Amino acid sequence: MAPSSTSSEGASDEWLPPSRRPELADVVPVTQDDGPHPVVAIAYRDEFREVMDYFRALYFAGERSVRALHLTAEVIDLNPGNYTVWHFRRLVLEALDADLREEMDFVDRIAECNPKNYQIWHHKRWLAEKLGPDIANKEHEFTRKILSMDAKNYHAWSHRQWVLQALGGWETELQYCNQLLEEDVFNNSAWNQRYLVITSSPLLGGLAAMRDSEVDYTVGAILANPQNESPWRYLKGLYKGENNLLMADERISDVCLKVLKHDSTCVFALSLLLDLLQIGLQPSDELKGTIEAIKNSDPEADEAVDADLATAICSILQRCDPLRINYWSWYRTTISSQT
Amino acid sequence: MGDGGELAAEKHVRYIVTVEKRKDSFESLVMEHIRLNGAYWGLTTLDLLHKLRAVEADEVIEWIMSCYHPESDIAGLQNEDGSFSGDIWGEVDTRFSYIAICTLSLLHRLEKINVQKAVDYIVSCKNLDGGFGAMPGVFCCVGALAITGSLHHIDRDLLGWWLCERQCKEGGLNGRPEKLADVCYSWWVLSSLIMIDRVHWIDKDKLAKFILNCQDKENGGISDRPDNAVDIYHTYFGVAGLSLMEYPGVKPMDPAYALPLDVVNRIFLRKEH
Repeated sequence: MAPSSTSSEGASDEWLPPSRRPELADVVPVTQDDGPHPVVAIAYRDEFREVMDYFRALYFAGERSVRALHLTAEVIDLNPGNYTVWHFRRLVLEALDADLREEMDFVDRIAECNPKNYQIWHHKRWLAEKLGPDIANKEHEFTRKILSMDAKNYHAWSHRQWVLQALGGWETELQYCNQLLEEDVFNNSAWNQRYLVITSSPLLGGLAAMRDSEVDYTVGAILANPQNESPWRYLKGLYKGENNLLMADERISDVCLKVLKHDSTCVFALSLLLDLLQIGLQPSDELKGTIEAIKNSDPEADEAVDADLATAICSILQRCDPLRINYWSWYRTTISSQT
Repeated sequence: MGDGGELAAEKHVRYIVTVEKRKDSFESLVMEHIRLNGAYWGLTTLDLLHKLRAVEADEVIEWIMSCYHPESDIAGLQNEDGSFSGDIWGEVDTRFSYIAICTLSLLHRLEKINVQKAVDYIVSCKNLDGGFGAMPGVFCCVGALAITGSLHHIDRDLLGWWLCERQCKEGGLNGRPEKLADVCYSWWVLSSLIMIDRVHWIDKDKLAKFILNCQDKENGGISDRPDNAVDIYHTYFGVAGLSLMEYPGVKPMDPAYALPLDVVNRIFLRKEH
């Protein structure tokens, strides 16, 4: 597997080792110094070692030339994780006043094969910063492509969010979130992105303007899949720091009750009800009846009467979420200490 | 302790000692830039298993010193807003805040940076869930705050709940909702829970079983989840996770410095700096 010349500047069909290239004839290669007793010395393949030796020579000489640019492309192709090479490449690009759009095409080709490499995404951001808002939509297209292969790639999401906030391109973002959630409603990254869009898009008027329709959308998603953690979190996020509004929105306790009618052990519904009671919700008769019924449905349930509804929910949660039994026991103590 | 049985400590030691001998593998080629990480994962695991003597200390030290750049200056990487760049190339991330703070603390040189600003920057990264984005960002932020004595900036109950919700039915921990459990989060999540004193909110027995189920009991090593291929990274995180849960025969580990506790104590209890 000889390295192909991935440099955008001049690809040749047959790969020549650097030592046989006329344009590098004056360069004295510099070998790696591992000290006299290398502990984890690596038996590099010969072609890799040679490319690195020539790269080192140009790097130490600080040579910012076209041939240096070509060589960095080869080193990157062999090992895209090498920070030093990427940094040196940026210095060369700047010195040569190179076409950065072409460079973006180059790094995109590398990124497609190495979508979880920190250096590549850092390089893309450096380029996008220099290219400005005109590049925004092209970047969105690119991250969309990466996310179509791995919908949860954290680097791609970070880059997309940074481009949105720094360079724009918000126009179709909510639609994109809709599409991703249609494809997979369990995609937590898409829910996260949706939250960014409704809170930060300059085109939508912010969270207060979006809240009402978003609650409807989220309640629909919860009812379709009550075991999906993401919309439950999203629902609470819609009322972040607005406990009074959360308490006043009847759709919230309604969705909990509806879910519990079909699945009386749904931890998300029970814990949201608990939160509502803790911030002061006055329970309806229906809510009291539902909790009472769930509690009595367990033949092994404690005969002792719980002091209040919140404590009763804690008892249920201690039973149906045994992994976190200690958390619910602790929660219970915070209730009694309040009353 | 259940299906995964006991920790196959001897096998893991043999796996780590032999892994560096397969130097022509593709993995060793592409991982060239993180060789020091590999050394850290391997050496720490050996130490946790009381087998650090399996390697020649002098040779390791000599090699590490050959990577040393005396002119490098961690404090010089701090930016105006208190954040840290990873190197002179300028990428900013809370990972680098943690690394700078951890390293300078171990060297007794925290006074070389503006600790207040560094802490303020990390606190500014806190999100509405009480967390700090995805893992390992949470660990880096909580660890840096722990080392600088600044954990009061964290709502421990809120973050603790988010972290303990990472435990999946089969006992393992994941890094984000709806993702699969992975042994490496046994370190990232567990150490964070310990630092904020909420580790009793998860089921430790089930987590230990999950890790033990990821062992290759024949050839040694631990994988990300049961029946996958082992690697040194997950071997380290698995053993480190067991250490945090006080598994018998494994040395205790410091959750903030990510080093064996006796190493941290040796560094901080000795006053000759």
